[in-house]
Amino acid sequence: MRINDIINVIPNTLVTGKELLQKEVRGGYCGDLLSRVMAKGPKDGLWITVQTHVNIIAVAVLLEISCIIIPEDIPIEPNTIEKADEEGIVILSSPLSAFEIAGRLHGMGMDG
Amino acid sequence: MTRKDRMNSSMIQVYEIESGNFTKAGEAAGNIKKLLRQLGIDAGVVRRVSIAAYEAEMNMVIHSIGGIIKILIDPEAITFKARDTGPGIEDIELAMKEGYSTATDFARELGFGAGMGLPNIKKCSDDFIIKSEVGVGTRLEARFNIST
Repeated sequence: MRINDIINVIPNTLVTGKELLQKEVRGGYCGDLLSRVMAKGPKDGLWITVQTHVNIIAVAVLLEISCIIIPEDIPIEPNTIEKADEEGIVILSSPLSAFEIAGRLHGMGMDG
Repeated sequence: MTRKDRMNSSMIQVYEIESGNFTKAGEAAGNIKKLLRQLGIDAGVVRRVSIAAYEAEMNMVIHSIGGIIKILIDPEAITFKARDTGPGIEDIELAMKEGYSTATDFARELGFGAGMGLPNIKKCSDDFIIKSEVGVGTRLEARFNIST
């Protein structure tokens, strides 16, 4: 599945990475405790989190997570957006809850 | 230069870690990851070192008064060392227990303090030692074998 496919199913605003939408996403993880994400997050995957501070980009870079989805239209800190642009990480902001987003992606055939 | 040439000699990198700086946190781990990739180290090893480096760095940012991270790369293994100058861990056995954390509410709100930092480092490494003394500081060493 490509990030492009996700954009078509999840209502969203593309915050960063419009040139990266052809990237393949191989799995997903949902979580807000960073160490848990570090231990379990999938490579080349997608991550849904309510955390919006700049350190989520460090986690994404280290795990090679290509796309972060922020649920419930939670405002994203400007330095997080700046860092994501710099590191080539796609951020999507969605009005849906994490539960709803994960459910829809799972319904599309995406695994954890 | 071939991968073999680059790997023939040992390499040491040192990073200073600042206490409480959540904005910079993760930079050292990121730099270590980039360096290992440039050296052509196996992707699985790079991922394990990256996770360990991140957890150690975050531990120092959250809990210590500051310290140093050192990475030594030689043809057989990568050795990661973290040393801080305090406050030290009272009960290491407890600190090694998954889910146990002494992180502040502020750190927890940011998603830190899951109590998985040290167990994650241990799981990722081939060899792991931690020593700590209250009032002196903590030293941690993790070794990652490079399969050839």
